[in-house]
Amino acid sequence: METTKVKYTFKDFSSDQEVKWCPGCGDYAILSAVQKALPEMDVKKEDFVFISGIGCSSRFPYYMDTYGFHGIHGRGLAIATGTKLANPNLSVWQITGDGDAMAIGGNHFIHAVRRNVDLNVILFNNEIYGLTKGQFSPTTKLGMKTKTSPEGQIQNPFNPGELVMGSKGRFFARVMDKNPKHMKEVFIQAEKFKGTSVVEALTNCVIFNDKVHDQFTQKDHQDDMLFLEHGKPMLFGKNKEYGLMLHGFKLIKVKLGENHVTIDDILVHDAHVEETGLGMMLVNAGMGDGLPRVFGVIRSVQEDTFEERMQAQVDNVRETSKFANLDELFASGETWEIE
Amino acid sequence: MSSNKVTSTEVEKVVIKFAGDSGDGMQLTGTQFTGTSALLGNDLATFPDYPAEIRAPQGTVAGVSGFQVHIGGTDIHTPGDYADVLVAMNAAALKANLKWIKSSKTIIVDTDSFKKKDLQKAGWESNPLEDSTLDAYKVIKAPITSMTKEALKDLGLDAKTMARSKNMFTLGMVYWMFSRPCEHTIKFLNDKFGKKLPLVAEANIKALRAGRNYASTIEAIPNQITITGSQSLEKGTYKNVMGNAATAWGILAASAKSGRDVFLGSYPITPATEILQEIAKHKHFGAKAFQAEDEIAGIASTIGASFAGSLPVTTTSGPGLALKGEALGLAVMTELPLVVVNVQRGGPSTGLPTKTEQSDLMQALYGRNGESPVAVIAASSPADCFDYSFEASKIALEHMTPVVLLTDGYLGNGSAPWKITKMDELPDINPPIVKEGTENWEPYSRDAERLARTWALPGTPGLEHRIGGLEKDGKTGNVSYVPENHQSMTEAREAKIEKIADYLPELQVEGAQEGDLLVIGWGGTKGSMLTSVREMVGEGKSIGLAHFNYINPLQKNVKEILGRYKKIVVAELNLGQFANYLRMSFPEFEYKQYNKVQGLPFTTIELKDAFNKILNEN
Ligand SMILES: Cc1ncc(C[n+]2csc(CCOP(=O)(O)OP(=O)(O)O)c2C)c(N)n1
Ligand code: SF4
Repeated sequence: METTKVKYTFKDFSSDQEVKWCPGCGDYAILSAVQKALPEMDVKKEDFVFISGIGCSSRFPYYMDTYGFHGIHGRGLAIATGTKLANPNLSVWQITGDGDAMAIGGNHFIHAVRRNVDLNVILFNNEIYGLTKGQFSPTTKLGMKTKTSPEGQIQNPFNPGELVMGSKGRFFARVMDKNPKHMKEVFIQAEKFKGTSVVEALTNCVIFNDKVHDQFTQKDHQDDMLFLEHGKPMLFGKNKEYGLMLHGFKLIKVKLGENHVTIDDILVHDAHVEETGLGMMLVNAGMGDGLPRVFGVIRSVQEDTFEERMQAQVDNVRETSKFANLDELFASGETWEIE
Repeated sequence: MSSNKVTSTEVEKVVIKFAGDSGDGMQLTGTQFTGTSALLGNDLATFPDYPAEIRAPQGTVAGVSGFQVHIGGTDIHTPGDYADVLVAMNAAALKANLKWIKSSKTIIVDTDSFKKKDLQKAGWESNPLEDSTLDAYKVIKAPITSMTKEALKDLGLDAKTMARSKNMFTLGMVYWMFSRPCEHTIKFLNDKFGKKLPLVAEANIKALRAGRNYASTIEAIPNQITITGSQSLEKGTYKNVMGNAATAWGILAASAKSGRDVFLGSYPITPATEILQEIAKHKHFGAKAFQAEDEIAGIASTIGASFAGSLPVTTTSGPGLALKGEALGLAVMTELPLVVVNVQRGGPSTGLPTKTEQSDLMQALYGRNGESPVAVIAASSPADCFDYSFEASKIALEHMTPVVLLTDGYLGNGSAPWKITKMDELPDINPPIVKEGTENWEPYSRDAERLARTWALPGTPGLEHRIGGLEKDGKTGNVSYVPENHQSMTEAREAKIEKIADYLPELQVEGAQEGDLLVIGWGGTKGSMLTSVREMVGEGKSIGLAHFNYINPLQKNVKEILGRYKKIVVAELNLGQFANYLRMSFPEFEYKQYNKVQGLPFTTIELKDAFNKILNEN
């Protein structure tokens, strides 16, 4: 047992590289929440690895004083998968943007999620391509005008949470740049979770998509944000006067005290249910349906990880294989001598 | 029929091709014949030839599956150009293979599969067994299917199951013809079916014996061909290996010698898939086989594993290498070890998936954006796939670079005797891993000899660092857009690859060491090139063969060798990619070319023709 445990501070995780995001970019808040969360995890500094694709957000690893790998567009999650499988002791974090993860990396994203390697994904969702200067992304809302959609965007957007639920992802949470404390708590929970955890971080691109999340992230819009907690009723609003109920197959917003609604009528959040039905409703809430946007850990359902299953197979082959070493393997089957 | 009667003969080498419908079990027949011959001490080379479609219509030319084996006492380097014996299990198999049999040689046909419908499906206008089509051959017409059924009629099997044993009946005939015992195959059948399906084992064994007895009774079959010639293989213990399995084993050996677990991230593609499948069987040797969602994830996961300290391998074929191009550039930039095995097939695009070609050379050398040098090496026989995948791993790990290993469908699927390598005969592999506690370590500083950077593995305290695809400062590894830095880093990456030449053996020339003609080849064509050149040397020609396994960098004595001959010809299965590469590297010489792009290997006959023509030109 190790007795002397190093106590890290956020400074231990800040590299000497100048952070070069635009002043006011939401990514700063996420960086600092991560740097504050890491010391509270039970992981040695040298065991953290941050791996990214390409995009503004993907510069993240350079700003961390940990092991880091800035990859190629869309493929960060595949790189991270290899790193984790090669050394399961590492705490591997994958940083990605909405374009990086949902467009060019879409295929890797869904497969990583279904595979359930113990990775922590932070998906920076600013609903725009930042680094290439303002083209629409797969999460950009219908009708929005961008540099490549001057008359308005005509493709239906992806909702990252819906993709995670659809791929039977085991952990999905949503956080926002405007609430760093909550972000930090959720990152800690993501790290504790064994399996692929996806945290969607709503972040503001001040340059190309300013205020796009404002309705759900500004303090004075509390009626539009719901912070979930496992085992607690789904209440929201400045004075927690609103709640969510199931009405048939739909979620509805109700007010406590109105129409005989009491606290007992309000849905209690259970992040651990295997079925994804309610999770699907929660990740979709808030998009023009009068419901609040939902934050926090929406789903957290433990299952064996890919690497645990892989290890079980290795152990099994070790016990059952005919070959104790390579010489035996090479000499197996039919052989003949030439004298 | 008695005109066909042949008595005992002696031959030095013989090429036999088994051909039938994909469902006829020709691959099994061929491998059994091969195995038995190997046990008798023959040198041999084989090549299976599968149809591209998994279930092509029965009885059609598209559905013909073949297995060619070349056996002899001495010096067998190819599966042979043309067959001495063709076994055609149906009309389509005859149609597809007639041009591949030497005239006056033997064809064995199953007459039961030459009915009107069979002929129609195969595209024969009239019955070749009845018109003059086969006049030039010794044809052995045997009602194989009906005789097999007759032999098995007491076992209580249905007609279809009985007919399925006709390949064993045929094998029995061929065994008799070449004086091969049945024991090896009987043991195989008992091992395979004996416990679970004893009746199937019995039927097959019965059919095998019946075929042999039938052949010995009828007088039509050339009796007991004996294979002579002295054994040319080195002393040692041998086994028959397929190129793809040998590639996988070379990687496992490199893993053991380097102390690095294998991580193989890959996506299935013909004809490379067996490497992934083979590695997947050996998890307890620390080999992680990861079947990814596509080629890009295959290589990207491998790069991630390389960062973490594995022996990183990704395997693919032409179109897959195209997809890996961008990530390969990332490995160049991050200066991580990486082995990329490309089992070449006919291109472009999906091309000829089951046929062989050497046309990915330029892709391997240059198929990336930017100045992006990688080491490129090529294997030249099914057996030396072991040596070169080991070598590729050693170079990748010790020089901190991606290495592309080129094999091809012909090597990957072909088999040949392999002198079993013992692990203690192999050299150690020493990757430059940075030890914990190293002070003032810089991610991109290089060792003076190899010019390779060093490898700090995540999990090591104090060595935290960031790498990535953006240009790096030559020491700290931080992102750098400084113009002079980009130039010096570009040159350093190039120089690092050039440095590998210091660690390569010299190029050897076979045949004349100087003189009229130097023949140049690379990779999988070695067998046919060697056979042609040796024969021509035997005929008194002044000809030498330089066959290349190392392509980038080239060995140091290449230029000196090129200068020793009056003429140079480069023969390859593409339109001249290596010839052009040599023109670029050594523009002072003139290079003639001999090129073939038919999805087929060279025949020694065509090579000799081409070389003789060049020798006779003024
Ligand atoms: C193969 C490839 N295609 C395109 C690009 C250009 N590219 C770089 S980042 C990017 C989009 C980034 O958007 P997002 O992932 O949302 O990240 P953000 O910049 O908004 O953080 C694109 C298209 C690239 N680098 N590589
Ligand atoms: S362009 Fe947008 S996303 Fe990129 S750094 Fe600037 S504000 Fe942030």
